[in-house]
Amino acid sequence: MGHVEILDAKTKDKLCFLDKVEPNATIGEIKSMFHKSHPQWYPARQSIRLDPTRYNASVLSLSLSQVFLTEYAGPLLIYLMFYFRVPFIYAPKYDFTTSKHWVVHLACMCHSFHYVKRLLETLFVHRFSHGTMPLRNIFKNCTYYWGFAAWMAYYINHPLYTPPIYGEQQIRLALIVFLFCQIGNFSIHIALRNLRPPGSKTRKIPYPTKNPFTWIFLLVSCPNYTYELGSWLGFTLMTQCLPVAAFTLVGFIQMTVWAKGKHRSYLKEFRDYPTLRSPILPFIL
Amino acid sequence: MASGEEDGTVEEKETNNKKRTKGTIATAWLTFYNIAMTAGWLVLAVAMVRYYLQKGTHKGLYRNIARTLKFFQTFALLEVGHCAIGIVRTSVIVTGVQVCSRIFMVWFVTNSIRQIQNEESVILFVVVWTITEITRYSFYTFNLLNHLPYFIKWARYNMFIVMYPLGVIGELLTIHASLPYVRRSGMYSLRLPNKYNVSFDYYYFLIIVMLSYIPLFPQLYFHMLRQRRRVLHGEIIVEKDE
Repeated sequence: MGHVEILDAKTKDKLCFLDKVEPNATIGEIKSMFHKSHPQWYPARQSIRLDPTRYNASVLSLSLSQVFLTEYAGPLLIYLMFYFRVPFIYAPKYDFTTSKHWVVHLACMCHSFHYVKRLLETLFVHRFSHGTMPLRNIFKNCTYYWGFAAWMAYYINHPLYTPPIYGEQQIRLALIVFLFCQIGNFSIHIALRNLRPPGSKTRKIPYPTKNPFTWIFLLVSCPNYTYELGSWLGFTLMTQCLPVAAFTLVGFIQMTVWAKGKHRSYLKEFRDYPTLRSPILPFIL
Repeated sequence: MASGEEDGTVEEKETNNKKRTKGTIATAWLTFYNIAMTAGWLVLAVAMVRYYLQKGTHKGLYRNIARTLKFFQTFALLEVGHCAIGIVRTSVIVTGVQVCSRIFMVWFVTNSIRQIQNEESVILFVVVWTITEITRYSFYTFNLLNHLPYFIKWARYNMFIVMYPLGVIGELLTIHASLPYVRRSGMYSLRLPNKYNVSFDYYYFLIIVMLSYIPLFPQLYFHMLRQRRRVLHGEIIVEKDE
């Protein structure tokens, strides 16, 4: 039998002293015991970790905005390293040179714009409902984002890169699609943010606003994912690069899973949820 | 007593009958499948022993059994299907990984890189696979027939302790032996420039495959060890949730 001391994470005040704790007690059981003495902190709202000043344990989780900033800053910087042909990536004679194809410069601008937009949205637009993410997920997500960014960037910025077959027409169309979907994605994020005033817990059905880019809410539950897919399809068309197509496909599969989940929870929560809407692709998926 | 109630029970009986028929068909198919696979790998074992007794050497043995090995190993893809439709209670991913690694070794290493077919490491892993599969499929067969001799259960849950590491050694040595030939021939590789703006180097891919044994093999091995403790000693092991 042992005891457990619970301290406030910020002030280090002793909040609670739990006597007679079984050696193999789980975190869940400790949270329940703490809840008994502090009824306002029900177990789902507790986050308990070992005090780093007393044990050599590192903090086990990061806040969600920290996670996203790390996940998005990585691809931004990694792509730029390949764009500027930093040494040890390509043959030494290409170090710090730039591609002779103008589409490569355009692609760098689009890719960078996309991740800068995401970083700014994380800082100023999104409101997160969950507090933290476990370390294993962060490791997995960063490997995914950073790995794919490096794989894409390697080929797009390669000295032996082949520009799109249909040349300027293809690139122009791709750019229009990309920009359209970036604006669309941003519009949806703003609309979702405005659904819920700060601090409120009420959940509402999103509807089209005056902004034409939100009219897609008539047909789709998660248009942010629809626009995201569109952006990456545009980027694939622009660069004509198989790794980009692969990244688009994997992202599409993941976003479809998320969209279906969100759609299902909307249907469960709201009796009057519009029946015309599909999760991610109008009428199809 | 009302006709409504009667219809209800008749419907229930029909669904139960359908379920029972599906279950019987599944059991019949699985029994046939496992008997066929046991027989197939037994044929392979006999062929290998006969070859070695007649020729006194392992050279040329692989070519001799290649077609049979490819046939029965490829047929094992069905097992992924069995898990997917739920007639076998195993994870699709675990089965998928195991079957895919076998298919990869057979078709993309030993079959396509002829120069390594007479290596001793090939004989090592083929022998290990044969012993393992005969034990495994006869275990499943007897299980389905509800008459499982203890020695088969013992074999299934003990021999892997030696067979798994030996098999891994055989496979890794084989891939390693193939590397110089892969590099020289540039097989299965795609170079830049090309219109898809992608490249693939089979040589480095094989090296990555070899490295992937490091995280994957211990997971499979400890999974089997846990199963062994549960089946042979009745221990209940609670898996960590997070």
